[in-house]
Amino acid sequence: MRGSTEMTDVARDPALPPAAVLPELAALHWRARVDDVRLRRTGRQWTASTVAHVVPFVGAAAALFAAEPLAAPVSLAALAHAWIIPELYAQRGANVVRPKRTTSAVGSEERALGLLGDLVGHAARDLHAQTGLILERGALGVWLVGPAGALLVRRGGRRTHCWCVRVRDPDLPRGDRIAHLLLALRADEHGFATVANQAFSGATWRVRRRLDKAQRPALAAAAAAARAG
Amino acid sequence: MDVMSRLIRMDHTGHTELAQWTAEDPASVQAAVDAFGAELDRGYFAMVTRGEGHAEQVHALPVDAPLVILRRPIAGG
Repeated sequence: MRGSTEMTDVARDPALPPAAVLPELAALHWRARVDDVRLRRTGRQWTASTVAHVVPFVGAAAALFAAEPLAAPVSLAALAHAWIIPELYAQRGANVVRPKRTTSAVGSEERALGLLGDLVGHAARDLHAQTGLILERGALGVWLVGPAGALLVRRGGRRTHCWCVRVRDPDLPRGDRIAHLLLALRADEHGFATVANQAFSGATWRVRRRLDKAQRPALAAAAAAARAG
Repeated sequence: MDVMSRLIRMDHTGHTELAQWTAEDPASVQAAVDAFGAELDRGYFAMVTRGEGHAEQVHALPVDAPLVILRRPIAGG
């Protein structure tokens, strides 16, 4: 499903003033600008893809067992496939915010965190200290921003989109990486989602299971904020 | 009292302060403008925050902004 965003429109919305559009979109002129409608469509495509993966295995398992009960082990293997494939997709989605080792000096990380802390409020700062993710409310939903990716919990809290997006400078501390993404997100949320590569879209509970335990409170908080509107 | 504005660049040190200025000090403003232009030439984008949850890219130094942050381009991973 990666790269499934339509490629027929231009990423730059001509109705927007240039200052409101991410400059990174100039290199992605073929990519459709992400908006609410496209996100819903993408979500339906991911759901259809999941169903297309699961139903044949479940059907085969049922047919095999009905035809020959002694084939139960094979049926169970088919059911396992039906379960594992969506989990693997969700794992790929959760990986966009998986914590990675930093090579930056402690002092650099602290300076970067100081700047990041200046950009967000107390609640977001506390949640970041606990989970490593910054919660940011947007027009498309509630975002969780990490050093190399972001999760978007849609209104209602049931669906989460996972985006792989980063600043390509290996020497930057993690706090600065998040600040880069946060500033871009705040400047042009739809453009940010257009620049990012989508890794997964699916049920929030499925993403939650694949996150590190320390990060799960962030997703719970984002889902709660998304439900509250 | 004059409010000191700052131009900072996010880099491997966490961040580096490139300039400080006040609107009442033309020399400091000019130094900041020069530093600002040099970083844009190096491929940085300049951002200012505009209230909670909002940021804006700027192409000229906003002299009245308390903080201007320089960032690198982002890309899909």
